[in-house]
Amino acid sequence: MMGHFVMAEVTLEKLCKSFGREKAVIDLDLSIEDGGFVVLLGPSGAGKTTTLRLIAGLEKIDSGAVKIDGRIVNDEMPAERDVAMVFQQYSLYPHMSVRNNLAFPLRAPVFSFSEAEIARKVSEVAEILNITDKLDNRATELSGGEMQRVAIGRALVRQPAIFLMDEPLSSLDARLRADLRVELKRIQSDLGATLLYVTHDQIEALSMATKIGVLRDGALAQCGPPREIYEHPNSVYVAGRLGLPRINILPSDLFSATAGRADQIGLRPEHITYGAGEEAAVKRVEHLGDQIRLHLELKGHAITALSPKDNPCSAGSTIKIQPVNPLYFDENGNRMMERNL
Amino acid sequence: MAEIVIKNLRKDFGDYTAVRGSSFTIADGEFFMLLGPSGCGKTTTLRMIAGLELPTAGEIYLDGEEISRRPPSARDIAFVFQMFALYPHMNVRQNISYPLISQGMKRRAVRAKVAEVAGMLGIQHILDKSVGGLSSGDRQRVALGRAMVREPRAFMMDEPLGALDAEFRERMAEELRALHDRMNATTVYVTHDQLEAMQMGDKIVVMNNAVVEQFGAPADIYDKPASRFVADFIGSPSMNFLKLNGPVSAGQTMLDLGGCRIDIPRQLEGCAGPLILGVRPEQVALSGSGALRARVRAVEYLGASQIVVLQSEYGELKARVEAAAPVSVGDNTGIVFNAETLSLFDKASGRAIRSSLNDGAFCHG
Repeated sequence: MMGHFVMAEVTLEKLCKSFGREKAVIDLDLSIEDGGFVVLLGPSGAGKTTTLRLIAGLEKIDSGAVKIDGRIVNDEMPAERDVAMVFQQYSLYPHMSVRNNLAFPLRAPVFSFSEAEIARKVSEVAEILNITDKLDNRATELSGGEMQRVAIGRALVRQPAIFLMDEPLSSLDARLRADLRVELKRIQSDLGATLLYVTHDQIEALSMATKIGVLRDGALAQCGPPREIYEHPNSVYVAGRLGLPRINILPSDLFSATAGRADQIGLRPEHITYGAGEEAAVKRVEHLGDQIRLHLELKGHAITALSPKDNPCSAGSTIKIQPVNPLYFDENGNRMMERNL
Repeated sequence: MAEIVIKNLRKDFGDYTAVRGSSFTIADGEFFMLLGPSGCGKTTTLRMIAGLELPTAGEIYLDGEEISRRPPSARDIAFVFQMFALYPHMNVRQNISYPLISQGMKRRAVRAKVAEVAGMLGIQHILDKSVGGLSSGDRQRVALGRAMVREPRAFMMDEPLGALDAEFRERMAEELRALHDRMNATTVYVTHDQLEAMQMGDKIVVMNNAVVEQFGAPADIYDKPASRFVADFIGSPSMNFLKLNGPVSAGQTMLDLGGCRIDIPRQLEGCAGPLILGVRPEQVALSGSGALRARVRAVEYLGASQIVVLQSEYGELKARVEAAAPVSVGDNTGIVFNAETLSLFDKASGRAIRSSLNDGAFCHG
């Protein structure tokens, strides 16, 4: 088993970065606890990758601070920061064997490891990643999933304070992505590694993170454990980032139940019950195998719901629906607590 | 009106057989999916229907007329590609008008037709814009518009959403399906994305290695897979497979798995084995009293549900359970299968063994 990772807490304090007039990152406060798996989630342009590059030292910080284990690293070179980055494209050396790709970072002069130590570290990492039998293959002879595993392995061998990963699974096919999700989470938790992971894929965020930071236009919209973000989003924006099918955002007076001063209600498909309430027209029924999706229309509003398997209804019919525990939002899209309605 | 019947369609490229004797029927007005991994022959099939490839053997009937040897222009079928090929020097209106103008339609009639199509697609406001600055969604809509103005008898689409990012793809898929529901034109759609096929299709043909593996409605293909390949390709996470020695005989309603009794649908034929038992993740329940034991290796929270990765004596299994179910890594648990949903496959051929579950589901067009 590999040695334990050094204690590493990474803290971002009021981090700002602009490119010309474009504000890429705005007053970002975030702490990545030692051994944490923090996922930054947001659409492209939300500032995810810029944040990662600021931590890695690939971009200069305008204001604010990046602290690694208490020390401000704003002015340190990337190599001095003790971070390892894994990119979307497998950036392997194509002419080298897998073994040499893994050993390469360890041969950097700053480490001065002996060849025996390097060999030991490489074989440990290969075992963790299940690529021991591929060590003597050329990088180009590997499948996409294997290449990305080697790229992750190359970051692992260095045992950095923190791993920074920029959509490392996005170029893989759906099946492989699902496998590597489970594997990456296992490796991270076995090693106790600290990880900051950037993605626009909500499944990756929900399934792997100990904490999700939802970014919107360079600022942190909400930060918390996956369940908290999914069940208690603080805004329409955050509610819409998580959940498939997407949450239904509807006028608060659509259902007769009183919604007080709320402007909109948010209704996840699984939070709709049948048999009572308002009459909705069934526009389309989708049999997705593990679930049946209903596309409904109620007073001109499209609503997506899930149908229980034992209650099949068909397009053209009508059903009565009512919300259970909807989320309430004000006119600015901010969450309102029930007690304030 | 356009019913398309495919009979024993075959295509060879030299020594390579891209499509090996496909037969299926696309009913009038259907949104029909050709689904399979890359290289399975789905695009070649589509190109043969459109007239972009000539079949080596077999027939294609469009409303009863054999058309497989006709040039594309004589088939009245519109083709929409993944890479939206728009004329870059023309604006949106000119791009959409082009097929009509080249047919010699009168200016006034062209304007009316373009306005009608633009209305259906919701792109009236960009008609006078150059196509250079359009978003990928709008480019897609313009490409569709250009196919729609001709009012073809059928649309062929080759992964039209393949180039879009996931979130936007979901929205375009819904839009495309809603558009189809308004127009009701027969549409044949190629994709390798099983979710897209399940979501949009009235019928699905699943192809693999140049062969049609199964043909049917999405729910039937999911619930009653004709082969292990189909069971594995459809669904996410895919079906769990457990190895069994067999044999199984006609009339049998239970199996013995290492001393545990597993109820199965009544078998209508026998098989010497070895066998594969297939169970969908949402048909696996965690139950303290379940005789089959497993250890929880990982838990993936997905918001509305959780995927539990289980290690059993018979291999790895995934279960889809409620988001609120209390389950953690390292737990020892019993597992129970929903008997009436289980499939059995002949390991050697990969073929599903006929049972009361799938009886009659494996028809070919």
